[in-house]
Amino acid sequence: MAGASTSSGAKAALVLIGQRLASSLLTLLLVSVTIFVIAQLLPGDAAQEALGQSATAEQVAALRHEMGLDQPAPVRYISWLTGMVSGDPGQSLVAGMPVSEVISSRLPNSLLLAALTALVAVPVALAIGIGSAMNRGGRLDRALNISTLSMVAVPEFLVATIAVLIFSVKLRWLPSIALASDEMSWGDYLRGAAMPILCLSIVVIAQMARMTRAAVIDQMDRPYVEMALLKGVAPVQIVLKHIMPNAIAPIVNAMALSLSYLLGGAVIVETIFNYPGLASLMVNAVTSRDMPLLQACAMIFCAAYLILMLIADVTAILANPRLRAQ
Amino acid sequence: MARSIKGAIALPLSGKIGLTLVLFWILAALIGPMLAPYPVGAFVAFDVFDGSSGAHWLGSDYLGRDVLSRLLWGARYTVALAAAAALLASTTGTALALTAAVGGPKVDEPLSRFMDMLISIPSKIFSLVLVAAFGSSLPLLLLIAAITYVPGNYRIARALAVNLAQMDYVQVAKARGEGRFHIAIAEVLPNMIHPLLADFGLRFVFIVLLLSGLSFLGLGVQPPDADLGSLVRENISGLGEGALAILAPAVAIATLTVGVNLLIDALPGRGKRK
Repeated sequence: MAGASTSSGAKAALVLIGQRLASSLLTLLLVSVTIFVIAQLLPGDAAQEALGQSATAEQVAALRHEMGLDQPAPVRYISWLTGMVSGDPGQSLVAGMPVSEVISSRLPNSLLLAALTALVAVPVALAIGIGSAMNRGGRLDRALNISTLSMVAVPEFLVATIAVLIFSVKLRWLPSIALASDEMSWGDYLRGAAMPILCLSIVVIAQMARMTRAAVIDQMDRPYVEMALLKGVAPVQIVLKHIMPNAIAPIVNAMALSLSYLLGGAVIVETIFNYPGLASLMVNAVTSRDMPLLQACAMIFCAAYLILMLIADVTAILANPRLRAQ
Repeated sequence: MARSIKGAIALPLSGKIGLTLVLFWILAALIGPMLAPYPVGAFVAFDVFDGSSGAHWLGSDYLGRDVLSRLLWGARYTVALAAAAALLASTTGTALALTAAVGGPKVDEPLSRFMDMLISIPSKIFSLVLVAAFGSSLPLLLLIAAITYVPGNYRIARALAVNLAQMDYVQVAKARGEGRFHIAIAEVLPNMIHPLLADFGLRFVFIVLLLSGLSFLGLGVQPPDADLGSLVRENISGLGEGALAILAPAVAIATLTVGVNLLIDALPGRGKRK
């Protein structure tokens, strides 16, 4: 979009995007400090935890030394951070293998789930959002408003429970447990992942449709739409030819923002369906108090969240003609 | 009182439904346990995962306990814990926001940067890290839920307070020589109460969903205590038979959160604001 504008405008936008990128990186750094500090508050320490109650003081001290726990916290933070950045966030306490290995077996599954959910959710949300905006104040709009408003507040596990009852208990179409492995064919994978995708989509669609509606309605109140209306342009034409080009950036912004709801939703949905993704891994890490694994998972989720926010802000910057024309 | 009754009558239908659901759950949390037909931990049914019957309106759970009795007790945990946490989050967030608004850039800048940083940690992820570090006794859960939602409330309250602090009447109060505390409490706060109440409702919904989500994962309220989320978790083995014991508490949570959402959405003045 910036290409169409003057070169000075493009430069101004680039500077803004650069600043936004730098501030995201700074935030990520601060987030890593926060997560590290909270993880250090754990009563008792990892060495004691790993060896159990029966270990002698010497054994614990030896392991503490081996794990580097006897060093001051800032030193440990720096070595953890450099490890994270270079792709080696330490040793998982429970699995007994490097955290990077545990995560790399799970991360692709979660990314695939997120991608498929987005693939389902985006078109449906667009249709609902635009549809209810065009019908603003009408019966359809009010019905959609009430139903999306309710869906936003429904816990993910209720959606999941009802989906299981319908599709695997009553209709027996789909397995209630999703298993993903390398040997599975695409068809098998999709059958297993259908319900996690469905549940996540429902939660995300509600958010996304509400924000899309708001973005479209914001454009509808502008004078150029009234002008087109007075000119006698058909409503569908107004939406497609006049409103959409202007609303596309706010809509992309809304999509990025609401996709961040996936991160929280995945925690519940992956667990209930036993989907081998990153979120269920993180829940296991909390249960077993596997701090190195937990810290790494939390950082990945925060990074994903910040990337989505960055995308949202960058589209807003690119779409703002005042910034481009400066 | 008369005004609020008139307000309730003026609500659209969705708002009335919301109000009814909210009142119902407040009542259930207050007196529900007294009405419970059976003791909460007693094994009273012969079968597990029974359907609805005259003796057990909502059937029996995985150990043959009465689901209705457990639900009434669970509702008290869910509503009370979430209300306390939402109150703590809102008062803390608003107090910090007022401090930032009247304290000038030296207070505002670092505080706002810090909150911006906290808000960029997804709330479920943040609370999972907190639970792993602190554990999940009832007071800690309350604290964790409150901490998780302070930044969100701070952001809203600060935006309101900073705007109000620029208003002429506040400038006049400053020129009069009023102290910062007086300006924050007596001049700024009363004018942001309405949006803050709506925000309180939203925080409450988020916290109910967060806490029941944690309980559902086994990381929230620990046995023998049980909130609505724990009830869903403990009966998960009944999913295959479509047991009422798993549906009832899940639907209970949904009616509570949807009710609050509908009520907030229908409140007057909300549609006019952008």
